[in-house]
Amino acid sequence: MNFPLENSGMLAVLVAGFFFGYFLEVSGLGSPRKLTAQFTLRDWSVFKVMFVAIVVAAAGLWLFDVLGWLRFDALKIQTTFYLAMAIGGALLGTGMAIGGYCPGTSVVGLFTGRLDALVFIIGMLIGTTLFAANFDSLQGLYLAAQGPKGQTLAALTGLPIWLILLLLAGLAAAGFRLGAWLETRRGGVISASELAE
Amino acid sequence: MDNRQPREFWPPLVAGIGLGLALMGMFLFTGHGLGANGFFTRTVVWLSDATNPAWAGANAYFKSYLSKGHPLDAWISWEIAGVAIGALAGSLTARRFQWKIERGPHTGVAARLALALGGGVLTGFGAPLARGCTSGLGLSGGATLAVAAFVFLIAFFAAGLLLSALTRRLWQ
Repeated sequence: MNFPLENSGMLAVLVAGFFFGYFLEVSGLGSPRKLTAQFTLRDWSVFKVMFVAIVVAAAGLWLFDVLGWLRFDALKIQTTFYLAMAIGGALLGTGMAIGGYCPGTSVVGLFTGRLDALVFIIGMLIGTTLFAANFDSLQGLYLAAQGPKGQTLAALTGLPIWLILLLLAGLAAAGFRLGAWLETRRGGVISASELAE
Repeated sequence: MDNRQPREFWPPLVAGIGLGLALMGMFLFTGHGLGANGFFTRTVVWLSDATNPAWAGANAYFKSYLSKGHPLDAWISWEIAGVAIGALAGSLTARRFQWKIERGPHTGVAARLALALGGGVLTGFGAPLARGCTSGLGLSGGATLAVAAFVFLIAFFAAGLLLSALTRRLWQ
């Protein structure tokens, strides 16, 4: 086996996208009330789904790498731009707290019948146009504080990948425990029947 | 139980494992992860080029995208089509599909739509600045243990937690 196949063909990405949208929908992450309840700590679905997905995918890719079935260095690994990514991340957190979605979940929101998601999407198109229109003056910020090319947590810390995976799994488990404790104290997770009322 | 009631959401652990396997599959097939914002960036480039080609052609940010052609040639457009079909399939088969403007019990329609637009503008500005979104940078970067993903995610959750002190009344 010689992964990645580097085949971004229509069918492969359509199928992967299908499962992406499906699993976001079945976990309730097309609902802006559920998404924003993560930030009030009432409903930890966002943290749980995202963190479990990251740990499962990272562990799976590591396993394929260890078995010699994957050229890990052929995978796309983003280079850190500390300032732009921290500010951009904060803008997306703010955008979700106010608007109720992020780019991916807005698509799920729209295709589960939520018309507010369409308005959010129109807002995103305006925001990206504003970014492009001001790109010349933003370029300093965009390129500032660049980290090493494609740096991973393993390269940053010098720790073996299996240990980082264990630490992340431990963090996820701690989040599940803390989440369950807070969820019962803050009104409980937001259910599908509550959203349908 | 009344069978017109929506079925409940899956436990986050089960859905998270499914999403993780889909993400891993995407990496194994294509070499890159799942994304979302790239589709909207491509749409903006395409709309700008169609309505104001002189401006779009001179724009420094659009330059790398303009050479890539129509959005339908981009893998991310087909992935987003898959996301849409997956969301439809999930919600229709579980009776969760519902036309509505989702908002908190004390928030009016006009206020909700204004905030959706404002939140969208901030997101549309922030995602190209960060070079990715919650999916393309946070989730997919996280799967490769990229430092970039964790910088993004920490800032994302920190800002959301801080802001929710002000915005929680909009939703609850």
